[in-house]
Amino acid sequence: MTRKAAVFIAALGLAAVLYLSIHRRAARNHPADSVAPAITLRDLSGHTINPADYKGKVVLVNFWAAWCTPCREEIPQFIALQEKYHARGFQAVGISMDDPEGALRDFCREYKVNYPIVMGNQKTAEAFGGVLGLPTTFLIGRDGRIHAKQAGATDFPKLERDVAALVESGH
Amino acid sequence: MKTFNLLVRCHKRLVLLLMAATGLLIVLPAGARSAGKDGNSPKTQPSAAELPPGSPALIRPEELAKAIQSSRGPKPVVLNVGPRLIWVQAHIPGAEYIGPTSSPQGLEKLRSRAASLPRDSFIVIYCGCCPWEHCPNIRPAYKELQQMGFTRLKVLYVANSFGTDWVEKGYPTAKGE
Repeated sequence: MTRKAAVFIAALGLAAVLYLSIHRRAARNHPADSVAPAITLRDLSGHTINPADYKGKVVLVNFWAAWCTPCREEIPQFIALQEKYHARGFQAVGISMDDPEGALRDFCREYKVNYPIVMGNQKTAEAFGGVLGLPTTFLIGRDGRIHAKQAGATDFPKLERDVAALVESGH
Repeated sequence: MKTFNLLVRCHKRLVLLLMAATGLLIVLPAGARSAGKDGNSPKTQPSAAELPPGSPALIRPEELAKAIQSSRGPKPVVLNVGPRLIWVQAHIPGAEYIGPTSSPQGLEKLRSRAASLPRDSFIVIYCGCCPWEHCPNIRPAYKELQQMGFTRLKVLYVANSFGTDWVEKGYPTAKGE
């Protein structure tokens, strides 16, 4: 009886450890609903972007690269979102990964990017829980919490619905 | 007879016009596609149709994970041909960093690293920067090594990204330079 109980408790413990390790890994990789990192960035024009500047706004953070075809193809749609929702408290920010600065400037000029673009680094990526593929996009609510993370191509109809809902709400 | 000749001439013109219009319809969209939406796409970019999913040149993440963890047999030489910012966050343990082979510098680094390897080495190249069909690095790297004569060359099939298809699946991962 005692031996059976010990085996049962050991099995229960093992299951709990397995569950926690899987759950913790999932939480690390999917930071949706966690608080967005408060990091200071510098855009291509040299302007400093402080977290306080975007306090109370709905912020979209897009990790991308000009060398990444699907990322490039999404930029006009982010430009359109910025144009449509900026006055209602929406702000897009692009974080470029591994782009030469000159090529990035040319790209932004050519596409008439209407939101800040910053040069990303390991620290920036890790602040968002790691960016291990492009494009990766985060949508942050007015409350400063990460509302959604999209790894891979953006589902723009869904994103726009989320942006519209967030700019209208207090979250 | 005159009417007949006139009809034949008109018919010929009509056929020529139709042929020209058909030609234009074929050429114009193809030209627009090759220019790309932004006109920035490199003209030498290999087609995404090369190395389609299921191609015998590919190795699945679970197969590679098994190969690098196995205590039997020689381990593959794993070469990363992707961006540095993803490599430093997470990479396959024991892999070597080459850099993006979409650039001539990256291809040169790959050539010089591979030059010293026996042509029957088990080599696996991987990137995982972007969804498979859009990866700008993997196809130039594969072509280069193929041209160098490597006979046991495999490409890690990363459908979406290294994060989604390797790290989040729980396969062995290292970090840093």
